[in-house]
Amino acid sequence: MSENFTIEIISPEKSIIKSSTTEVVIPSYEGEMGILKDHVPLITFLRPGVITIINVADKKKFFVEEGTVEFSNNNLLILTSKAKELNDFNAELLEKSINEAEKKISNGEISDKEKYLLSYKIETLKNIKQ
Amino acid sequence: MPSLDDLKKRIKSVKSTQKITKAMKMVAAAKLRKAQESAEKGRPYSQKMQNIILNLTKSITDPENAPKLLVGTGKDNTYLCVVLTADRGLCGGFNSNICKLAKSNFKKFLNEGKNLKIITVGTKGLDQIKRDYGKHIIKKLSFKEKKKITYNEAEIVGNEIINLFKQNQFDKCILYYNNFKNVITQIPEAQQIIPAESKISESNKLNSFQYEFEPEEDEILEDLLPKNISTQVFKAFLENAASEQGSRMTAMDNATRNAGDLVDKLTINYNRSRQASITKELIEIISGAESL
Repeated sequence: MSENFTIEIISPEKSIIKSSTTEVVIPSYEGEMGILKDHVPLITFLRPGVITIINVADKKKFFVEEGTVEFSNNNLLILTSKAKELNDFNAELLEKSINEAEKKISNGEISDKEKYLLSYKIETLKNIKQ
Repeated sequence: MPSLDDLKKRIKSVKSTQKITKAMKMVAAAKLRKAQESAEKGRPYSQKMQNIILNLTKSITDPENAPKLLVGTGKDNTYLCVVLTADRGLCGGFNSNICKLAKSNFKKFLNEGKNLKIITVGTKGLDQIKRDYGKHIIKKLSFKEKKKITYNEAEIVGNEIINLFKQNQFDKCILYYNNFKNVITQIPEAQQIIPAESKISESNKLNSFQYEFEPEEDEILEDLLPKNISTQVFKAFLENAASEQGSRMTAMDNATRNAGDLVDKLTINYNRSRQASITKELIEIISGAESL
């Protein structure tokens, strides 16, 4: 019995990845969530964070800002408007994104929910930077 | 019989028209490739999104309290029709096909005594619709200045629709656009987006699982439904963009070919009358010489 299931990440512009994997960790709205084969059918949101696709041989990491996740029939489907593979990041881009987010959060005119999301974004980006 | 000079002028003008249509065809072909690519790449996203929504619709146990965006208001008194067309002409039947479909639907709704509200996106559709249904148009949108239509524009339209829905301005919302099938075939389509219609993906077998939700179901729906509206609008935009270029390419190809035929015909005419005048002159010379 293989322990694999399929994962698909799709953005409005294109299909980012479609492959078979054994484990995926997603930054769900209420906390990190690991998904293995035969998970209960699930629908959830993502907060800014890193999706990790774990295979025996290698790991792939994607930074996402938001998204919708559906798991059913051993198909993990992630719909997101922005997903970027970590390898594609460079220091300059990171710095810029962090600054932008920090500016927004200090603006004060945003709702608690946005603040919550932004703080995660900053934290994740800072983690990536290290 | 037109004079030689006139014929010469006409041939020249047809030839320069041909040059223009040929250039337009080439431009459309280049743009088509890009538009087609993004339309095809965008399809899975909107389709999967729609599937999630439909799965959710199925798992709703208490339709009374379900979000209105999903199940509708339960009435169908007022229709909101969003007609998506291009901002430019010279693309064959592209704009008229959408308008034809939309108009026949408008007529049906009005005959049934329903209220009709129209939002037009793109100037060409507006021109065709305002003649007969001008008083029903409540909003005119155009993204003429935008070079490329992105998700942002779709969101503008989507938010517009959602705002109107929240104010109880309509019960059902239908999108009109051209579905891109291939370069020569574009099918005008009417897609109902509010309430979500299950017709489209009945072929895809839907799962009837009980999903686990995190956070709560209501919260998810609240966030997902508006997103779905924008996504469907975006899909319509992409399909439309590809269809427009495809349609223009075919139209311009035909025009170029027609111009070529016309040039051939005129050239034969021109040669014939030139020959005729030469023969006439010869006869005059010969008969002049004979009479001496």
